[in-house]
Amino acid sequence: MTEARALSGKPVGELTLEAVRRGEIGLEDLRIHPETLERQAGIAEQHENPQLAENLRRAAELTRLGDEEVLSIYETLRPGRATPAELTALADSLAGRGLPRCAALVAEAAEVYARRGLSA
Amino acid sequence: MTAEVNAAAGRPVGRVRFMDAQRVNLDGFAVENADLGLVAMRSPYDPEPGLVISDGRVTEMDGVPEDRFDSIDAYIARHGLDLAVAQEAMSLPDVEFARRLVSPDVPRSEIVRLSAGATPAKLAKVLALLRPAELCQAMTKMRARRTPSNQAHVTNRLDDPLLLAADAATAAAFGFREVETTVPVLADAPSNAVACLVGAAAGAQGVLIQCSVEEALELELGMRGLTSYAETVSLYGTEQVFTDGDDTPWSKAFLTSAYASRGMKMRVSSGAGAEVLMAGAERKSMLYLESRCVALARGMGAQGVQNGGIDGASVAAAVPCGLRELMSENLMVMMRNLESCSGNDALMSESDMRRTSRTLPIVLAGSDFMFSGFGSIQRYDNMFGPSNFNAEDIDDFLAMQRDWGVDGGLRTVTAERIGQLRREAAQMCRAVYQHLGLADFTDDHLERAVDAAGSKDLGETDTLAVVSAAQAIRDGGLTVVDVVAALDETGYEAAAERILAMTAQRLAGDYLQTSAIFDEQLRVLSLVTDPNDYAGPGTGFEPGPERQAEIDAIRQARGVDDLRAEQATSAVPLLAAAAPAPGNGAGREAAPGQDPREVVIGVSPAVGRDVWRCLSGLTVPEVLAELLAGLEEEGCTGRVVRFNDTVDLGRLGLAAARLAGSGIGIGLQGKGTALIHRRDLAPLANLELYSVAPAVTPELYRLLGANAARHAKGGTPDPARNPYNDEAIEARYHTTVIALMALERAWVKPGAPPEELSLEGLR
Repeated sequence: MTEARALSGKPVGELTLEAVRRGEIGLEDLRIHPETLERQAGIAEQHENPQLAENLRRAAELTRLGDEEVLSIYETLRPGRATPAELTALADSLAGRGLPRCAALVAEAAEVYARRGLSA
Repeated sequence: MTAEVNAAAGRPVGRVRFMDAQRVNLDGFAVENADLGLVAMRSPYDPEPGLVISDGRVTEMDGVPEDRFDSIDAYIARHGLDLAVAQEAMSLPDVEFARRLVSPDVPRSEIVRLSAGATPAKLAKVLALLRPAELCQAMTKMRARRTPSNQAHVTNRLDDPLLLAADAATAAAFGFREVETTVPVLADAPSNAVACLVGAAAGAQGVLIQCSVEEALELELGMRGLTSYAETVSLYGTEQVFTDGDDTPWSKAFLTSAYASRGMKMRVSSGAGAEVLMAGAERKSMLYLESRCVALARGMGAQGVQNGGIDGASVAAAVPCGLRELMSENLMVMMRNLESCSGNDALMSESDMRRTSRTLPIVLAGSDFMFSGFGSIQRYDNMFGPSNFNAEDIDDFLAMQRDWGVDGGLRTVTAERIGQLRREAAQMCRAVYQHLGLADFTDDHLERAVDAAGSKDLGETDTLAVVSAAQAIRDGGLTVVDVVAALDETGYEAAAERILAMTAQRLAGDYLQTSAIFDEQLRVLSLVTDPNDYAGPGTGFEPGPERQAEIDAIRQARGVDDLRAEQATSAVPLLAAAAPAPGNGAGREAAPGQDPREVVIGVSPAVGRDVWRCLSGLTVPEVLAELLAGLEEEGCTGRVVRFNDTVDLGRLGLAAARLAGSGIGIGLQGKGTALIHRRDLAPLANLELYSVAPAVTPELYRLLGANAARHAKGGTPDPARNPYNDEAIEARYHTTVIALMALERAWVKPGAPPEELSLEGLR
């Protein structure tokens, strides 16, 4: 197995107490890298769980977003928060920014929410 | 009061009043009622299983056409089913499916494959066919991870950080691989997360930490590395209740990915009763609704599910077959190839027997997590509400593991180690809070936290200090790196290394796979690295020799050497041989007496050598003094003779009687069992017998002496009665009896003569 690296690019081997003492470790150095999630998705697929794989691939996309944006998308997806149009716009925006799987999830929500009265 | 009077007053007879007063009758039992969803396994309104697929799309599921799918149906239909296997799975007769599920000859992987194509109604119907022993068998096979484990709740009423740290260390030491905390005061959450993180690291490496609070805050704590997993992402089986919970399958699916995107493990939470309590069960059975939740969990891509009732466990327990339903929920999760965190985390009965009955089958079968929160703290400190097992029950659980030879994930920890770890954890936590400017704690507070059995032992604490520490953690954007640095700078380098190593595991992501835990060498055990390979007897998980020894060696276990040492502490310079030994150290040989008022007390071989204290706690000299006093009260004399050729009480008594001038003897074993014998009776007969040695009092021994004297004088006294009570006397003393008898037996010399003992100090 190749050594994992953090979202920041720092290899996991450099995550040492010495580095902490030098003040070289930030939260970015503790964030999982999308390639790692992709690799884990492959393993989940081999172990009869394509849905877990899909989740990990969505997660890989989400590594590109900041915490606040992740939380705000979650909030938007809760019932009665957004109109179908707003959800569709969110889906388009995610697709445009290279998060196709997350975009598909939001687009599907837009459709079902409209039919089931779950949108604003 | 007579039965007549009671009946007139509308009261049942005493037998029934007595039964009414038992604790089980504090529990609520509900009449089955499908209209309210008060039905465990099969409601007449549950749909018939069915699946219609057109052009690779589900167009009808469990009797509902696509255009009437609610949001849960819609999500399951699109993401939850393996359509390639659906037709095969759905056409398999329920009984055949159930048999394959139970049979050790059908591998787990085959059941996983078939279950992926089964609709919620199908799995519910199949599971409703399994009887309890079959549920156990299936769970043994279907659990994802080979090695079972356990999760602890660590909370307290005050959110006291030092106590949380000490208790997290204690839980980690006991072997819990996940620690879940929560708060009575929401604002305290960040502080609880830090305290548990630090404390668990003191106790053991590789413990996953969760702080169960509102979704956004929980995710935030995880993103900062202060916690490492989440499990309170709740799912519900009906759309109405799901929406009342302010979420949808899509928002939860997104949240699931959000956790993974920060390298955090997560599982969802569901379970019977939630919909019933919200009056939203739509007349469906609990098992069917839960089957929807589990199918949804799989569809969303969650790696695992916490279910088996959870907050609604007592709702399921109130209806017929409720406990079967709870266990079926866990098994269903395993069939969907997910991690099972198997409930048992809510006290479902006031009856110790019912709550044990609820948990035991799961412990015997083994689950990824036996409890989704064993209350490692006392009931009153459990801020989730009391768990089904709590700190009150840890020794019980350890004994249960040992009784059945199963691994419930826990181990014995010595008193010294618990003390040392609690101190270390509390000191570390205090140092971190001080170093980061969060709060200062006094020495007295620290000492109390180390010693506390619960938060009531802390005395008055400054709870505002906790709120402000939590605020400072949140506002200051404190991360796990700050905690690591603080530990390092305050001299706790090893703990800093532990937390850092654990944090680094996020980058590898191996613990995002199904059923992942860390062992204490920080190796990931999961469906991937440690798959369950049970295929019948001789296969699957078995504790290794080292682990088995850990399970067996509970701290209460005693051997003969322990007992010998204990007896030696009661040794006194009494009961010496009556005169210089005429040979190899033996005492004066006892000769037959002539005095018709003489009664001989025959004692067993180890008395005065290895055995000094009876089971009652009285010493042997004290017992002899009472017997002699009883004899004297009735005008008789006593002689004490030690027999060296038998440990049998009847033979001791008979041999004593044969030496006595009166023909009456008292037999006394060192453990305190005693009888009166007469020289013309058969060995196994006797005149009076005290068989319950632990409960015999000085007064009763004196009475036995007096009665022996009355027999000697030719009277027929009212026999002394055994002091029976309702305690588990045998459970308490039998192991000691075995060891005592081994000490006695070691002194037996066949053919060796009886020796007279000095009465010095006995009268």
